[in-house]
Amino acid sequence: MLEPFLVRALVASLALGVVAAPLGCLVVWRRMSYFGSTVAHAGLLGVALGIALGIDLTLGVILVALAIGGALVVLSRQRVLPADSLLGILSHAALAGGLVAAAKLAGQRLDLMGYLFGDILAVTRTDLYWIIGGGAVVLGLVAGLWRTLVAVAVHEELAAAEGFDTRKAEAALVLILAFTIAVAMKIVGVLLIIAFLIMPAAAARPFSSTPEIMVGLAAVIGAIGSAVGLMLSASIDIPTGPAIVLVLSAFCLVSLGWSVICGET
Amino acid sequence: MAKTRTTPAGHAHEPGAGDHHHNHSHHDHHHDGHHQHGDAVPVAPPQPGTLISARGLCLKRGTRSILEAVDIDIGPGEIVTVIGPNGAGKTTLVRILLGLEKPDAGTVQRLDGLNIGYAPQRFDRDPAIPMTVSRFLTLARPATPERIAAVLGEVGAGRIATQQLHGLSGGELQRVILARALIRDPDLLVLDEPVRGVDYVGEAELYSLIGKIRTTRGLGVLLISHDLHVVMAQSDRVICLNRHVCCHGIPQTVAQHPEYVRLFGPETARAFAIYTHAHDHAHDLGGAPLPANMPESVRPLAATKATPDA
Repeated sequence: MLEPFLVRALVASLALGVVAAPLGCLVVWRRMSYFGSTVAHAGLLGVALGIALGIDLTLGVILVALAIGGALVVLSRQRVLPADSLLGILSHAALAGGLVAAAKLAGQRLDLMGYLFGDILAVTRTDLYWIIGGGAVVLGLVAGLWRTLVAVAVHEELAAAEGFDTRKAEAALVLILAFTIAVAMKIVGVLLIIAFLIMPAAAARPFSSTPEIMVGLAAVIGAIGSAVGLMLSASIDIPTGPAIVLVLSAFCLVSLGWSVICGET
Repeated sequence: MAKTRTTPAGHAHEPGAGDHHHNHSHHDHHHDGHHQHGDAVPVAPPQPGTLISARGLCLKRGTRSILEAVDIDIGPGEIVTVIGPNGAGKTTLVRILLGLEKPDAGTVQRLDGLNIGYAPQRFDRDPAIPMTVSRFLTLARPATPERIAAVLGEVGAGRIATQQLHGLSGGELQRVILARALIRDPDLLVLDEPVRGVDYVGEAELYSLIGKIRTTRGLGVLLISHDLHVVMAQSDRVICLNRHVCCHGIPQTVAQHPEYVRLFGPETARAFAIYTHAHDHAHDLGGAPLPANMPESVRPLAATKATPDA
């Protein structure tokens, strides 16, 4: 029989795999993986501030992730630095800030390794509610804005000329990203969230002919990979986040190897 | 003219809904647009039924002037071509007309509920996004397979509906982009250099296709080009742009205009019988017009369907 904590973690990982799929595809299409990891790194700061201020940790992560994401959107309009340099600076500034805040503000009350790399033991009943509630918010936003999100990803100027609200798409992406990171970081850990997002999408790409098929395949791959990684983590006692990411990267390697050998679709 | 979508500038008007009368012009059409009044150039109002009409458009980036007092009108069923050298502000003009960019001064008026189909100059396909031709078309508007097949047939690109976008040839891609503009049943097509990546024969074919679509659909077309030769046969009017409107009129007239010859070189203009007449203005080294008398550039375009030249 599975332990209750393991059942919770399993449900959580399956849900996360599905919730992460559309966002993962959008991150791949819009080349936002550095952006995403910057916001994810800010999650640690959110946890530390949440502990220090005594507010709900998931809420703390969402708020800090939103703030950083919004700041990034504004800062990315500057033209002095290339985008990857800017994100490289802010990403690690956010991580350093989170580590410092964790040490100074939260001290012993924070399981640092758990937040960096994910911990199945840490998934509480409240976390599960957050994952399901936050996941519903993410999927609702994605479904409501899907046409805009895809049109903007394909060609932003054309989408704008056709009347799609590109600013709304940008804001929605940050919101979706913040929620996904907040609900996924307990299991996957802030350092590996971006891999958790883009790997299922990357593995799905060679077998997809439309954006929607790619999302569907990514959801299946993400859910299977998360569940398998989680069970591995539990059975041979390895950190959860790395276990999931290793399983997903195996999917990627097989998929990309197949596309190299058989030619791209 | 059934429209269910917003116009690009965000000046959304559902057809028939809310016929608000702001008769600020001397005609009985309900226009909508930016109402910033810049240079006090005396200009005539657009003729009734004009799809889109801009007056006195000015735009500066930093100290660099991109557009100076540009007027343009496009009527229904009319193909207007804007030609000009690189950096002449052609694409900026398009972006302002589409509502993607705001001019520093000047006004843009669109016919109420105007539906614009747009084909951008650059379309870089991203292989990261799996995309069939038919899914690409439905990005602009949800459509049945029959409708998709009909539009693809109209642009001469039938039988590629299920192909991947990134597997298409340059010519096929241009036709698919044109189909995406057409699937929205536009009143006005805006095509920014629609022949990029297409060989010379393909160019002529594409332009004659655009002419055919204009005839069958009766829509207005704004065409951006850097080459007057291939667009000549299809254009009703040509506007030669080099930040300001250098000259305009029917294609034959523009081709013989000394401003056009100066901009594009005598070789480009060689195919046309050149006759000379007095310059109406000169340019400084930066290409900016020197303040001579420049009646052409301020003349209301709608009133000069055939330019009285020389």
